[in-house]
Amino acid sequence: MTAGPLLQVRDLAVDFSTSQGEVQAVSGVSFDVRAGECLAVVGESGSGKTQVLMACLGLLASNGTTRGSVQFAGRELIGANERLLNTVRGTGIGLLSQDPLSSLTPHLRIETLLTEGLLDRGLASRDEAHERALRALAEVEIPEPQARLRQYPHELSGGMRQRVALAAALMCGPQLLFADEPTTALDVSVQARVLKLLAGVRDRGVGVLIITHDLGVVAGLADRVAVMYSGRIVETATTDELFSAPRHPYTAALLAAVPRLHGVAQSRLVGIPGDPPQPSARSPGCAFAPRCDRAVERCGDSRPELTPSAGVNPCMTAQGDSIAARAVPLAAVACHRPLQDRAEIA
Amino acid sequence: MSTRLPLLQVERVSVRYALRGAGLLAPARTLDALSDVSIAIRAGGRLGVVGESGSGKSTLARVVLGLVRAQAGRVVWEGGTVNYDDATAMRSLRRELQVVFQDPFGSLDPRMTAGQVVGEALQALAGPVASVAAQDRIRAALAEVGLASAFANRYPHEMSGGQCQRVAIARAIVARPRLLVCDEAVSALDVSVQAQIVNLLHELSERYQMSLLFISHNLAVVRHLCDDVAVLCQGRVVEQGSRDAIFNHPREAYTQALLAAVPDPDPVLQRARIASARNALKAGR
Repeated sequence: MTAGPLLQVRDLAVDFSTSQGEVQAVSGVSFDVRAGECLAVVGESGSGKTQVLMACLGLLASNGTTRGSVQFAGRELIGANERLLNTVRGTGIGLLSQDPLSSLTPHLRIETLLTEGLLDRGLASRDEAHERALRALAEVEIPEPQARLRQYPHELSGGMRQRVALAAALMCGPQLLFADEPTTALDVSVQARVLKLLAGVRDRGVGVLIITHDLGVVAGLADRVAVMYSGRIVETATTDELFSAPRHPYTAALLAAVPRLHGVAQSRLVGIPGDPPQPSARSPGCAFAPRCDRAVERCGDSRPELTPSAGVNPCMTAQGDSIAARAVPLAAVACHRPLQDRAEIA
Repeated sequence: MSTRLPLLQVERVSVRYALRGAGLLAPARTLDALSDVSIAIRAGGRLGVVGESGSGKSTLARVVLGLVRAQAGRVVWEGGTVNYDDATAMRSLRRELQVVFQDPFGSLDPRMTAGQVVGEALQALAGPVASVAAQDRIRAALAEVGLASAFANRYPHEMSGGQCQRVAIARAIVARPRLLVCDEAVSALDVSVQAQIVNLLHELSERYQMSLLFISHNLAVVRHLCDDVAVLCQGRVVEQGSRDAIFNHPREAYTQALLAAVPDPDPVLQRARIASARNALKAGR
């Protein structure tokens, strides 16, 4: 493997044809994920974050269409045949979903759930697969792995199920892990444990793409963050930059809205007025403009492009003309009047 | 009020659920959902009840509302024991005791407009109201939760989750209850909308001296909204006290562990926390 990114997503767009016409769920989304790094895609419900994952894996609902480019380890996944996608799913990219009960087939034993990927692909003999399942359960800190292998999902607690689902996602040794809201359905104590395990997975060199709406989860785990609003990335930055100096007004408002356990417990939280727009009723301008306290007339008329933040070293350079080779900036914001704008301070 | 009598007291309540046995001939098992639980809320007070799934939080809300019967203990409303079997007494209590549930779509009838939802509650709780006056009160209740009067004609599927939750709150407050039970009322909402609803509940509670029994697994929300906190663990109250006491000086190990597990939106703090958890694990091996 070269030092290039494991996953390169360029200009990804997802449309759904519905009874109300064509709906754009995602547009113009570009990002990279490298080995051993964690990228968090943050957004509220309906922002399109889950559809990005599903589009990458070719798992969109039947009325969905994808445009753009998704390259995994140099292979194009958009428009790829099912055979290639089936090799990538599981062996190349593991998927951990939000609800552990519905992602584990209820009538199969834990051993079957863990080993079927290896056995179906002929990657291991039955004995090897059994040994690897035991090791995988131990790695996610499941006590008495031998006994657990004979149990069914409903016999485990929610937290244990999610750890088994993580073990299953890692069984075929993927280079990349997609985690879709992996801790949302869990209690805080269990959540902390799953986060610690995910940090361990990343430190072993697996690229992790985590989808979440919880900024607390992002803070501990992610190296970089992409904030999505209404189907587009509105800001991307390193985790430290994003939390200490958010540039998009939406990012800043989102950070201010989170209730915290430390600092002054003010009785009023800073909410964002209004609701996110329906995809079918977006304005031609910035989708956040109707809720934004910095919006001016221009914001409602023309959509701001994602532009690299000043002072950021564009460490990746474009090679060739294909969209797959186009570089993405490591820090960028899509806003006509971003916060910490140099011109504004001067 | 002349005396400092609490508005609501739950006294030594225990609830035991019967579970089906594991096999055909296996003996039936029981689950102690609540054991000897006591809480009190003063008029205008906001009590947060926190705990993990299965700790008995929702059962406690259901006991107060009369949806689950306690095997032991009693619920006291303004000094008098509540008799949940007395239909007349319950009708007047319902006017003063209302509830908002977690799922904003699930708790509204999909075939009723927001105005009908609020109007039905008004008729049921306040008795027959002249239709002009009723329309005014429905509009006022919707305005109070920040919904323009045009929302009165909307159906649940035409509204966002936050807007539906506002309708559920309007329905609950239209007859001016003195206690609002919120069972994970903001848990299903996005953070930006969650903050709006937390602020709304705080405002309504201040304006009308309305008490809140706020059930939540989200400790940070409870810290911002409530003045008192009870921590439930496996059906027992393990610690109870003022907000500052619980969050700044938790005495019980369980409370400390619960607080330590909450992910903080601060990268430096949160990374240090995950690292120390992993080091502790390595040292333990």
